[in-house]
Formats: sequence, C-alpha cells, structure tokens
Amino acid sequence: MFLVGIQGVPSVEEKSKTTKEVDPGEITSLQNVQDELRLRFCQNPLSPALYGYEKERRQLFDLIKRTASTGESNSVLVIGPRGSGKTMTLNSIYNELIEDDNIRENLLQVKLNGLLQTDDKIALKEITRQLQLENTLGDKVFGSFAETLQFLLDALKCGSQSSKPILFILEEFDMFAHYKNQTLLYNLFDIAQSDQAPICVVGVTCRLDVIELLEKRVKSRFSHRQVYFLNNYNFENYCNICMSYLRIESKPVSSDFIKEWNKQVEKLSKDGTVRDVLQQQFNFNKDIRALHHILMYVVCQLNETHTFPTPSDFVEAMKVTTTDSKSAMLHGISILELCLIIAMKHLTDIYDGEPFNFEMVYSEYAKFAQKRSSMQMYEKAVVLKAFEHLLALELVKSTDGSGTRIQKEYRLMSLLIHPSQITDALQKYPQCPTEVKQWASTSVI
Amino acid sequence: MTEFDNFKEDLNKTFPCRQSQINLLLSLFGQRHQYTYASLFIYGHTGTGKTAVTTYILNHLKLPHVLVNCVECYSSRFLYEMILNSLHVNSVTESSDLVKCDNMNDFVRMFKQVSEEKGIDKETIYIVLDKAERLREMEMNILPAFLRLQELTQQNVCVLLLSEIVWEKFRTGSGYCEPFVLHFSDYTNGKYNNQLIEIMMLDHPTEYDENFYRLYLNLVLSVFQMVCRNLKELHHLARLNFQRYAEPVKTGEATAEDTRKLWKNIEPHLKKALQTVYLREVSSSQWEKMQQSIEAGQPPALQGLSSRSHVELPYYSKFLLIAAYLASYNPAKTDKRFFAKHAGKMSKQSKLLKKHERASNHMLGPKPFALDRMMAIFYSVIEGRVAPTANIFMQISSLVSLNLLGHVASDDQIDSPKYKCLVSLDFIKSVSRTVNFEVMRRHLYLNCDI
Repeated sequence: MFLVGIQGVPSVEEKSKTTKEVDPGEITSLQNVQDELRLRFCQNPLSPALYGYEKERRQLFDLIKRTASTGESNSVLVIGPRGSGKTMTLNSIYNELIEDDNIRENLLQVKLNGLLQTDDKIALKEITRQLQLENTLGDKVFGSFAETLQFLLDALKCGSQSSKPILFILEEFDMFAHYKNQTLLYNLFDIAQSDQAPICVVGVTCRLDVIELLEKRVKSRFSHRQVYFLNNYNFENYCNICMSYLRIESKPVSSDFIKEWNKQVEKLSKDGTVRDVLQQQFNFNKDIRALHHILMYVVCQLNETHTFPTPSDFVEAMKVTTTDSKSAMLHGISILELCLIIAMKHLTDIYDGEPFNFEMVYSEYAKFAQKRSSMQMYEKAVVLKAFEHLLALELVKSTDGSGTRIQKEYRLMSLLIHPSQITDALQKYPQCPTEVKQWASTSVI
Repeated sequence: MTEFDNFKEDLNKTFPCRQSQINLLLSLFGQRHQYTYASLFIYGHTGTGKTAVTTYILNHLKLPHVLVNCVECYSSRFLYEMILNSLHVNSVTESSDLVKCDNMNDFVRMFKQVSEEKGIDKETIYIVLDKAERLREMEMNILPAFLRLQELTQQNVCVLLLSEIVWEKFRTGSGYCEPFVLHFSDYTNGKYNNQLIEIMMLDHPTEYDENFYRLYLNLVLSVFQMVCRNLKELHHLARLNFQRYAEPVKTGEATAEDTRKLWKNIEPHLKKALQTVYLREVSSSQWEKMQQSIEAGQPPALQGLSSRSHVELPYYSKFLLIAAYLASYNPAKTDKRFFAKHAGKMSKQSKLLKKHERASNHMLGPKPFALDRMMAIFYSVIEGRVAPTANIFMQISSLVSLNLLGHVASDDQIDSPKYKCLVSLDFIKSVSRTVNFEVMRRHLYLNCDI
C-alpha cells in the first residue's frame, strides 16, 4: 500500500484524456514515478516496506500494546545492524496501535535520539516539550533530575484516573549510556520496574555489547528483554526486495505507463547483468540502505529520452558507488608529488613499515632524480611544498601528534596509501614518464 | 524545458570540462519538490569546481539553499546559527531578530520551524557545508547528525559536504549514514586536449591574439606542470608573468610568431618564479617590483631564498651558532677526534663498522645537546681567547628568541639547559662563509651523500 501525495495528479490524467497527446502525459507519469521512487529511497519514506521480522514485530507489538491498554510497565532493547529496519518496525507498530481510538487518546509517545539530546538537561527539556507540559513545569525549580521527571509523570495523572501510558523510544541507545552517571536511563528504568507510572522504554541500538555499557545499578533495573533484528536473508530475498522497491503497485498515474514500467522491472529482475551487480553488492554489503543508494542513482538517471531503467544503469551505479577514492585523488597530483609518494613507498619497504621523515624522502627522491632519470631536479623548498600538499590531502600522516616541536623536515610520517593503489594510479595517470613507472615497479630490497 | 536546456548550456560554457559532473548533479537534484539523497559528499582537488559548480546551480535555479564555510563557523553554535539565520534571510534586519541556537536538538526543531514559516518545506532545502573536513574537529554528534538530517527533521533536505579529503577519513565511531560519494575529477593534461589550458583561455587578455596566449600558456605549463597541477596556482603564475612574455612583441624586438626567441626570453623568468613566487618567498606585488627594478638596471633588492639565508648576526653569535650546529649534528663521541689537539686516527676496522651508523645523522634531525658541550666546541673553533662573560650567554638567549636555536624542555635542570640547533645546512654554510670558517671540510661528521 503506497500513499502518494502528489498534487495535481488528477489534472494530469484529465489533461492526457482530453488532449490525447501521448508525449507530455508520458513525461509527467515518468516524473510521478520518479517522485514516488525517490521518496522510497530517501531517509524518511512515507510507507515502510518491511520484509521478514514477523516474529520480532509480533513480540514488540504485544509488549507495547500491553503498556498502552493495561498500563503495564516494560523495558526492551531492540538490537540490530544499521539499516535492518528497527526504527521502521517501531513506527509501523505505533501507527497500527493508534488506529484504535482508545489507545490513540491515551498513549503518549516520546522519541529521543542520542545524536540530538546530548546531555540530560537537553533530554529533559525535550521530554517536557514532547509531553506538552511546558506550562505545567513553568518556573518551578527542582533539586534533582529524578524529581523533575517524577513531577512530569505525576502531571500526566489526571484526576482519579491513573496516569497515561507513555512510550519512550530511545534511538542510538548507546549514546545515552555515555551521559554522566546515566541519570536518564537510571530514572526511566527505575520508573518502569517500580511501577510508578506505566511507561514502556524501548532502546534502539546497533551495538551488540550495549548491556556492557550500562552501570550496575542501571543494569539491575533493566528487564533484560532483548529483540534482535538480524538481516538474515539470502541473495534470492535480496533480489526480490530490490525488485519490489522498483515495482509500482498503486495507480496514481496513467495505468498504461505503470504496466509498461512493471513489465520492464520484471525484465530487469531476470537480467543476468543486473543480477551480477546485485550479487556483487550483496557480497560486499547486505545493508538495504546501500541498495537504496544504487537504486536512487538508477532512478535519477531517467529522463524523457531514457524512460526505463536498463542493466547498464545498474552497472554505472555500481561503478560510481565503488570507485576507490584514494586512487582517484592520486590521479590528480603532479609528477613531483607522485615521485615523492613512490619514494615513500620504497622507504616503507626498506624499513619494514617504520615511519620516515621528509629528509629521507628527499634524499631518496634526489637519488632517483640525479642518477636514474633525465628529469629536472627541483629545489628542496619546492619539494617541501609538494610534500606539504600531500600532507594536507591526508595521504601522509604524522605519526606523533601535531603538538610536538620537532621541525617539519624531521617529523616522522607514515604513508597511508596501499601499494596497489599506487600501481593503480600509475596505470591511469596521464602521460606518466616511463622512468617513474619503472622506478615504482623496481623492488628495493 | 527549453529554459532548462539553455541553463545547462550556460553552465557548460561557464564551467568547461565539467560536463559529466554537472549532468550528474542536475540529475540527482531532479525537480524542486523531489526527494534526493539525504547527503552528498563531493570531493576533489582544489580548483576542480566543487564549490563553484554547486553554488552556481543552486543560485541560478533559485533553489532554497544555505552555503556555509566550515572554516568560518569554527564552533557548532556558529554553524547552527549561520544556517538558521541564512534561511531566515529576508526577515532578519536587526541583530535582535537573529536566532540563537547552541545544540543539535534545538537546531533540528528550529530548522523545521523556519522552513515551515518560509513555506519552503515542500521543496528540497540544500545545506552546503564547504571544507567539511573541519566538521570532524567539532563535537562527536555533529557529522552523523548532519548525515541523517533528513530522518531527524522529517523534511525534504539534502546536505552537501564539500571537501578535499576522501570520505574514508571521515569515518570514526558509529552512527554514520553513508552519503552518496561524488568525485570531481582533476583536469586532464594530455598533449592534445589539455583541459587546464582550455580553462585558462577563458580570460585571455583581449589585446592579444588567442593563439599567442595559448602558446604562452603551453610554455608556462611546461615549466610548472611537473610540480603543480593546481589550477588557481597556475593561473596566478601565468597572469603574473605574461607582461614579461609579451614585452619583446610590444617593443618590436620579436614578432608574435617567433616562439623560440620568446621562449629564450621568458624561460629564466619562469624558472625564477618557481623558486620565489610559487613558494611565497615574495608576494606578487614584490615580484612585480623586482621585475621593474631589474628593467631599470638596478640590482634587485630581494632575491627569494638567498635573502633568507643571509642574516646579519654578531661575530660571536655566528660562532655560537656554528658550534650549536656541530653539537647538534656530530655524535658526542667524535668530538675528541674533531676538536682535541692530538686526535688519534680512526682504525680501519672502526671505519668499516661506522659505515652503517654514519648514514643518518642528517636524516634524523638535530639532537639536543647540553650547554657545556656547545661552549667547549665554541672555545675550540673560535680564534683567540674569549672570556665567558654574560655577553656571550646573552647572545645564546637571543639566538633562541630568533628561533635559530631551540630550547629543549628538560624541566628540572636549570644549571645545564639543553638546546637544539634549528637551522639548515645551507644556512650554516653561508654563515660560516662570512667568518671564513670551513665547517664542511674539517669539523662536520658527514654522510657521504651530502
């Protein structure tokens, strides 16, 4: 079920009916398809598309529902690698729950994120804001964090009724464990286990060792309920996921185009090249977000002259996303800088990975330039400037901290480029002198 | 649609040789309301048009955007406020209207607010962070949060990070949503289609023939290209030296076709520029002044490197410096051989043994030495008797404040401080020449390469 909120869609259909022009209609329908697909591959898609995890979802759903309907307090950790659908599942559970009128009126949701609420004070403010209790809190001054939180929860108790259930979702849970004294976690878990108010604390994290981060007093208050989201799908599932991302199911636009589109997608799913690309990506990274990157690229390449994705688009996307950036940067440096890199490579070989300094590199370069090549030999200051450029590009890094007072010529450095990247760059380098190439390939030991 | 094509043509004309990057960027941006990648990471060498192309597109398509240079916004608070206030732009007139924001939480909330207020929440908002490598030095949560700003704000926003440094260097810790990585490739410098020349031809001087300037650029590149492929640097050097090149044509000494003569005329100048202007030994205005003074027949006042290695020092200071240099670079155990009156010769055996050890004293840099040792060498190298007065010791501290000597922090010894010599061999050679002291031949323990 996909909901697409594109304005002007009906008018487009009307237009294509009245004018009977195929071309503009097709362009707009292509654009609508693009709108829809781009929305699917961005970070906040409207309609979550989930695969697998039925058991996990059920478990979480029951847990949260118990809090929402019977006021039972709970705490749970959702653990799984990035992009495995943890947050998406929680969102879909919440959306399903609030379809029930009773729950919608009662259940409050507080969403915190370790990247945003970087300390207790900010977190508490944010909780107040999300519970819409700013007015109640007013200018009151509290002694401790726990007191404030308790006051906030008490404020939610209205009259004779017991307090409203609250769902706390803590994203990047591991970041909260780095707060001073873990005050927020301690208080939340304490409330959950001592049944002061019905709350459900859901921590979302990608760290498997997250329990180890908790202090003893926090750990003992946690229910130790953990739900794992592990993306254990095989390649067949992966392909299906990919194709279902591309398929358009609803019919917001002229159905002819959609039919044709889906037919093309079906063709792609059987295409050998596309499967090769996907296999390569799958072996490299199973993350669905990485797949989104490729598909987004493919969708972006479409235009009026190129209306349907082709296997070559996939190959191109794969190429763009997997280029080796250091080799690409090496392609743009000057011959002198390249010579220095080769000299450094030789030094690393000779001294078995020990760090080197500029003087050594210079003398290695000088040996080459004077004895073995017809190239011009440059002044030390010019070479030093080239060396500093490499340093600025972070292709070379100082091994001791920048704080030391050693002169820059003698500061110890290490090379951060793999020999294979150098060879790669030399092959692609435009008009690289043969002497340099030979120098690079000679073994020094 | 035609308007868009016109725009594209314009863009390609303004930025030659960037067609593939431009096309890719435009296709990724798509229509105004369409979602795009949550974050784009654009990297490439300086002068490859990362910032220029992006800002041109954003400005001319009038997309809602904010440009931030992370060097300017060195703290997170400046960064947040800069972004929010530039989004606010029209309504802000007085400083009291400026938004205050000092943490990511408030930033995300206010960002939503501002974009809704301005009615741009239906379109993609672009946040361009130039020199993004600086973000790594700010708080831990900033970079990851910017990379998932789309998710955090639940808005159609795209963060563009521009940097010279490759993406791998940005990954530390967890929490990173990978951006889409885009490379702005360098300009090829092939024999037949040298893109660098194409770009530098864009602003050739109008009073001269295009071909004439192209030939000149070829000459400039032949001198500088081996050392430097930075467009800005090359462009600057080319502009600076052109008048000199064109002079013979202007005075009628040579014709525009007489390339050989022109080359002979300009070559020494370019070579000299490599050693001075390129290294920023002199500023470009100083360089121009120098050129003029040479033309007028006066000896040039400043001459780059050589001027720096020519420092006027008191007589004793010079010897002190030489002594410091010897103390820094000679191993202490050779002192006897160099400075004692009746030094024994080294046996053949030990000469062989030393060979390996010899290799690297000038490679590893100066060693710290105690004041006593330096004074001993000083008395040995200077002619005549010098009393160890306060004057001599004053000169040592003034050498330290001139940064010719360095004080090595070995904390607890007040009575025997340690120093290090910070000058180069070339410098010490020229100093010893002025006092007729042969540092190379007699006193320095050398590696055979130098």
